[in-house]
Amino acid sequence: MKFASEFRDPKAAKALLAEIARVADKIGATKEKPIHIMEICGGHTHSIFRYGLDKLIHEGVEFIHGPGCPVCVLPRARVDECIEIAEREGVIFTTFGDAMRVPGSKKSLIQAKAEGADIRMVYSPLDALELARRNPEREVVFFGLGFETTTPSTALAIQQASREGLQNFSVFCNHITVPEPIKALLDDPHMCLDGFIGPGHVSMVIGIHPYDFIAEDYHKPIAVAGFEPLDLLQSVLMVLNQVAEGRAEVENQYARVVPEHGNPVSLAAIADVYERRPSFEWRGLGEIDASGLRIRPAYAAFDAEEKFGVGYAGVRTELKDPEGCACGAVMTGRMKPVDCPQFGRGCTPEMPLGALMVSSEGACAAYWQYGGARAREAAE
Amino acid sequence: MALRDERVTLAHGGGGKAMRDLIEEVFTSVFAPPGMEDQARLQAEALAEPGARLAFTTDSYVVTPIEFPGGDIGKIAVCGTVNDLAVGGAAPLWLSAAFIIEEGTEIALLRRIVATMAREAEAAGVRIVTGDTKVVGRGACDGVFVTTAGVGVIPPGIEMAAGLVAPGDVAIVNGVLGDHGATILAARGDLALSSAIESDCAALGHLMVDVLVAAPGAKAARDLTRGGLASALNEIAEAAGCGIEIAEDALPLRAEVVGMCEILGLDPLYLANEGRLVVFVPEDQAEAALSAMRARPEGEGAVIVGRAVEGHKQVRMTTAFGGQRIVDMLVGEQLPRIC
Amino acid sequence: MCLGIPGQIVAITDESRQMAMAEVSGVRREVSVACVADEGPLSGLIGQWALIHVGFAMSLIDEDEAAKTLEALHDLGEAQEALEQMAAGDAALAGE
Repeated sequence: MKFASEFRDPKAAKALLAEIARVADKIGATKEKPIHIMEICGGHTHSIFRYGLDKLIHEGVEFIHGPGCPVCVLPRARVDECIEIAEREGVIFTTFGDAMRVPGSKKSLIQAKAEGADIRMVYSPLDALELARRNPEREVVFFGLGFETTTPSTALAIQQASREGLQNFSVFCNHITVPEPIKALLDDPHMCLDGFIGPGHVSMVIGIHPYDFIAEDYHKPIAVAGFEPLDLLQSVLMVLNQVAEGRAEVENQYARVVPEHGNPVSLAAIADVYERRPSFEWRGLGEIDASGLRIRPAYAAFDAEEKFGVGYAGVRTELKDPEGCACGAVMTGRMKPVDCPQFGRGCTPEMPLGALMVSSEGACAAYWQYGGARAREAAE
Repeated sequence: MALRDERVTLAHGGGGKAMRDLIEEVFTSVFAPPGMEDQARLQAEALAEPGARLAFTTDSYVVTPIEFPGGDIGKIAVCGTVNDLAVGGAAPLWLSAAFIIEEGTEIALLRRIVATMAREAEAAGVRIVTGDTKVVGRGACDGVFVTTAGVGVIPPGIEMAAGLVAPGDVAIVNGVLGDHGATILAARGDLALSSAIESDCAALGHLMVDVLVAAPGAKAARDLTRGGLASALNEIAEAAGCGIEIAEDALPLRAEVVGMCEILGLDPLYLANEGRLVVFVPEDQAEAALSAMRARPEGEGAVIVGRAVEGHKQVRMTTAFGGQRIVDMLVGEQLPRIC
Repeated sequence: MCLGIPGQIVAITDESRQMAMAEVSGVRREVSVACVADEGPLSGLIGQWALIHVGFAMSLIDEDEAAKTLEALHDLGEAQEALEQMAAGDAALAGE
């Protein structure tokens, strides 16, 4: 596969790993006193485990798995609201497959489907739009989930629906943004991070400058990275080099896809359709200022919150995370998944308790799937 | 031709003339079962041999869409049950076929399914000797559901079981993985993906017979249906109490299947196959087993994918990148993902 | 987060809705090219590679930048090899 296979070459990896080891040794990183690098994006977490990078890399480099998995940070109350909408008469509720298994307070979307709600998995918001065109007598709702990478697609779908004058299409917007939770993490007094791997596909939309504050205000290095294993290793090396040289900059490892200033069409669509909520709740992290988006009044006709009177604008439901669940500590890098008292006991992929076990991108689920049994044995 | 209807109605399940016409014209005229009693009365010389054992299996088949590139529900219903017998070391002999038909189903569709089944059964060397039809109201089933049961004979001296797999044994698969799963994903149409992939659906009875001749020490085989290679290997590792290590480099995968998996965030190790199996043989018989497979069209792409090992009890894969990861059982169904 | 893969634009399917056919390893899917269309006719996109996410071509892939990244990796590999050869040479000398 062009632009992918070349970045999976084990020969080049060997050189990168050796160079990483050299720089890690130079800055005195050891197993006991490792350099902590957070890969913000769940896609990176997935790649790290899929290719076994955590076991290949110098023992003085430790990956901390960040909050960049939209499914993992989705509060249970949002899932409950999805189900409330999906169970309304006449509704076809459409969603990415990722959200199907996320537990709400009573059930997941997959369970609601089994009980009779018309819930359909789609690959694209455009497919939801097409369902609306073909089913004019039904109300088609799309569950808008995800970070800046995905936000433009729902914005463009709403603009298209508006141009066509579709009356039966709406988006249940739960889009969230990356920089705000990173700032929240950096403000945490327990924070122990030495650098960041930036989410490349978010940056292909927003560019690299929204992370300037990480380097300028918090003096932490960051390299925006692609998702192939060589991309990740190269970006780790970039971060280590910055540490070794006492620099803190925003570097772009993924220049083949990420333009410095992002994608103007996407940014314009986001700005046209969405506005920031004063604050938004993240599972495991709590309320974070200005970290969520809602649909502007100009597009209220396509806003499922307005149409159904359901959602964040409505009554706040206080739903605490389950007892003993340490997702917050894991997500902030203070605890490893295997050190959580519930890992593998009260919390498994079959019966996830905490958010990070829900999606295959969640740090705990990734630990479980790609090294879990071994990790668990070590923990016991 | 007494049957004039274009679609099945509840009358075709009512026990009267309409039902008889449907059964005779669509089913028994094609399957030509031995005798018209309610039961098949059968004799097998193979079974008379001392030490021979009867193998008996059943499976229900539901698939959406009913017809897809490379096959239809009838083909899966014959091949699937033949394969369930074959991987246990049995020579498949007879099948039963029971149909649950939704009111409104096109009779032409039934005829096509039946024709496929007759053709596949003949090719696999089995006879469909008994059957049943039921018609249910609209919405009570999805088109056509088929249940087949299969009977075969395990010759004396053949003993295949997952528990017999031991460290050192070599794992061989008979061809590219995931074609069926990828075909069905694309054929459903709701993801709007198109490709030239066709289902790998095939009966593997003859292939298994050849493998057992070439590699009489073969320990165990599994067909790689739901859950794909990953699930089959996990089952075997658990039963055998040893580890299994596979190499990502060695996995036979079509570029289109890899492409579809990349688009949808799926792992091809878990995609379903309908004409693929994994067989574990002692190392010194691996080459013979490979040659036997490759001599048949349904085994053309046969390769060694890994081996059973000591030291752990998991399925592990050496990634093409040089790392190693655990290949676990799947939790539920693989869902397409965006993240 | 944000599964995206490189695909090649092979045809324009609906000029007015800015839709095109993208191909990934022989698998085709209609995608929106709204984010990567410039002033010119959409047919200019045919043959280009784009990062595909949820049915949208989100960003055109810059072949020069890809080549530069690969070159840097290649250089690092060569340097590493030279280092290893030197180390092997040293070891051989030390062993003499």
